[in-house]
Amino acid sequence: MSALLQVDNVSKRFRGLLAVDRLSFEVPEGGIFAVIGPNGAGKTTLFNMIAGAFQPSNGSITFAGERIDGLTSDKVCRRGIGRTFQIVRPFPALSVEDNVVVGALLRRTHAADARVHAQEVLRRLDLYDKRAQRASSLTLPDRKRLEVARALATDPKLLLLDEVMAGLRPTETDRMVAILKELNRESGLTILLIEHVMRAVMALAGQILVLHHGAAIAQGLPAEVVRDPAVIHSYLGAEDLA
Amino acid sequence: MSSLWSAMPVRGRVILLVLVALLLAAPLALDRYVISIFILIFYFAYVGQAWNLMMGFAGQLSLGHALYAGLGGYVAALLWFYFGIGPWLGVFAGVAVAAAFGAVIGWLGFRFGIQGVYFALLTIAFAEFTRIAFDNMAFTGGAGGLFLMYEPQRAGEWWNLRGGPLLFYYLGFAMAAGAALLTAWLARSRIGYQWLAVREDEQAALSVGINAFRAKMIAVLISSAMTAVGGVFAAFYYNSLFPAQAFDIGRSIEIILAPIIGGLGTIFGPIVGAFILTPLGEILIALTEKLGINAPGAKAVFYGLTLCAIIVLRPDGIWPWLKRILGLTEQGR
Amino acid sequence: MTIAIILNVVIQGVLTGLVYGLMALGLSVIFGVVRVVNFAHGEFAVVAMYATYLLFVTLGLDPIVSLFPIAIVFFGVGYLLQATLINRFVGRSEHEQFILLVGIAIIIVNGLLMIFGPDARPANLPYAIESYMIGDVFIDKARVYAAIGAIVVSSALFAFFRYTATGTAIRACADNLTGAAVVGLNVKRLYAFTFGLGLACVGAAGALMVTIADASPTLAQAFTLLAFTIVIIGGLGSMAGALVGGVLIGVSEALASFFLAPSMKSMFSFALLVAVLVLRPQGLMGRRA
Repeated sequence: MSALLQVDNVSKRFRGLLAVDRLSFEVPEGGIFAVIGPNGAGKTTLFNMIAGAFQPSNGSITFAGERIDGLTSDKVCRRGIGRTFQIVRPFPALSVEDNVVVGALLRRTHAADARVHAQEVLRRLDLYDKRAQRASSLTLPDRKRLEVARALATDPKLLLLDEVMAGLRPTETDRMVAILKELNRESGLTILLIEHVMRAVMALAGQILVLHHGAAIAQGLPAEVVRDPAVIHSYLGAEDLA
Repeated sequence: MSSLWSAMPVRGRVILLVLVALLLAAPLALDRYVISIFILIFYFAYVGQAWNLMMGFAGQLSLGHALYAGLGGYVAALLWFYFGIGPWLGVFAGVAVAAAFGAVIGWLGFRFGIQGVYFALLTIAFAEFTRIAFDNMAFTGGAGGLFLMYEPQRAGEWWNLRGGPLLFYYLGFAMAAGAALLTAWLARSRIGYQWLAVREDEQAALSVGINAFRAKMIAVLISSAMTAVGGVFAAFYYNSLFPAQAFDIGRSIEIILAPIIGGLGTIFGPIVGAFILTPLGEILIALTEKLGINAPGAKAVFYGLTLCAIIVLRPDGIWPWLKRILGLTEQGR
Repeated sequence: MTIAIILNVVIQGVLTGLVYGLMALGLSVIFGVVRVVNFAHGEFAVVAMYATYLLFVTLGLDPIVSLFPIAIVFFGVGYLLQATLINRFVGRSEHEQFILLVGIAIIIVNGLLMIFGPDARPANLPYAIESYMIGDVFIDKARVYAAIGAIVVSSALFAFFRYTATGTAIRACADNLTGAAVVGLNVKRLYAFTFGLGLACVGAAGALMVTIADASPTLAQAFTLLAFTIVIIGGLGSMAGALVGGVLIGVSEALASFFLAPSMKSMFSFALLVAVLVLRPQGLMGRRA
């Protein structure tokens, strides 16, 4: 599999703070890649750089063979990267359906077509029944699903998920894992996720990257990474993981 | 367009048709004074709709909209005054000038991230600057004003807006109705959704690929162009223009009253707002005159109170509430 | 065009600018702490002007004296207004706050119009036409007194914020609202207090303004815009910036009025406002971009 996303020696400095320190990794097309690590490790900063919210201080980010570092977030999305936010940002006054229609309108000119696609996406994310509700009236788990639905409606090739499992109950987590696996299998959607919920990470990830203080401390297959002493020491703790 | 019609509940369609029929037939039975009130209503419904597109949909607060009305009016009036070019042609020039100003304001604001109250102040600064400039320019008539002479020999030239109240009544009606249709169409179009997204959360809108700058610029351009047409209408109706009136912030505030009270971001909000505010204001004036009270500013105090009352009690405006009461709500807006 | 004449104009501008600065200081405090867009700011100033005028005409009180009771009354008004009405709008969208205050502004200015009529009301103070002379330069006594008044009130406000417990608490709210609440500061009460202080400044400035200008409803709008222009140019969150901005605007208006035409004096201020908004939105001395 070729690399869809290449992060090459990327760093980010905020005045005195080095938030991300010379990260390099590749996300293969059709793969599911997880980034884990303690809070403050630089995971969301990494996402923000990929998604175009800010520019890397050094290094380059390449997507589908073209450089994307420095592009604004709307251009990045148009290239085919969809993202969710760690603190969800639905369009509060719009209905659930309209939220997703906005996403669907990226690749469709007619609102009617966008609506059809939006409804399909909503069905996939178990939100179809709630499509007429105002987004502001949804519970947090539903808002997270809405966030994923909206990003998905833009027909991305790469989906960036920022802690979508946080706050979900185990059954909800399993359902989200199942949906993501389905999407990955059926349409070859590449997924890059930040996650703390190890249950989801182990179920989904083909590869894991572990960050600590902005730098990579381990990378590789899940089974190897979770046994890595450095990872256990800095993040996982000495518990046995099934 | 047919989808707009079919999306309305039957009851709504009936009410709308009846109202339209009444409005079309009304001038036959009404006296000149009442007709002039309707003309005012149509005017405020129209410019209010123009402002509604920019604020209610795209979420950009402009408190200097009188700039566009004033520019439209002055450009068309000056072309008529000096060159005899009729408003049917002059309106294009007026729109071009107003839209150019809108483009500059939009570009400055959106390119440099000037938002919220700062953007509003930017719009006010432009309007005030223009007001003072026009006050001091001789060829526009300066502070003394520009007057379009009454020419009885031109009485029937409707394309030059030389005509009686009936002309302006039906033209005003057409403009208000046209603005509502335009809004309805835009609201369901791609740009309409993009506006709402930008209004709700610009960062999130960017993350789904919306070019927020472009969306906002389109809103300003349409809004300023539409308002300019309203300015031409007003200029040729009143046949006089003064910078202190045309560009005044009081004028800008007048423009925003109807859509706020009626309901921002809705299609019928500005219309409902205009139909409520304008007659009540006129009634108040008539009352104070009848009672012999000399109270300049009474109408404005009333408007101020209404504004406060609405923003405190019903910030969504009267129309959404009215819709519920009349049983007209359905899915969507 | 002698130096003396230009110096005259500039000094006039500085002195007037100090009074403008005091008015803007009130807005800076309100806008900077409570984060409410007080679009009725100038309207309150004009109310103070009328009140001062009335006190002068009925009781013969000099504006410099009446500024104290007026400031106190305005403090109370501001406190109540914030605690009862404006508090509900603190979290709401900017445009809703704006609209509420626009409504209040309309009510105030047209109320004044209804009560007093559109004609300007001058306070014929005994020292109104007198001036000090330094060499060839004439300095209006009235403006000097007003400027001194402005400096005294501003200094009192600075001292309050620097040296009192409440003042420090208010600054804490401005800096970090959540932190302030967490350490137990009664944010609502402090907001009301701050709004009161802001309006007290406005009241004092309005009283002082009577020595320089005639009370008239049409000034209200101009004052509101002036206050916002000064706050933005001087920098939000900077009290010194409000005074510096005030002086800057005062001088530029005086120069523009002298060299161009009195009616054009605000044009330069507006152009400056646009320039600051575009190029340096944090203003000359502000801390937040």
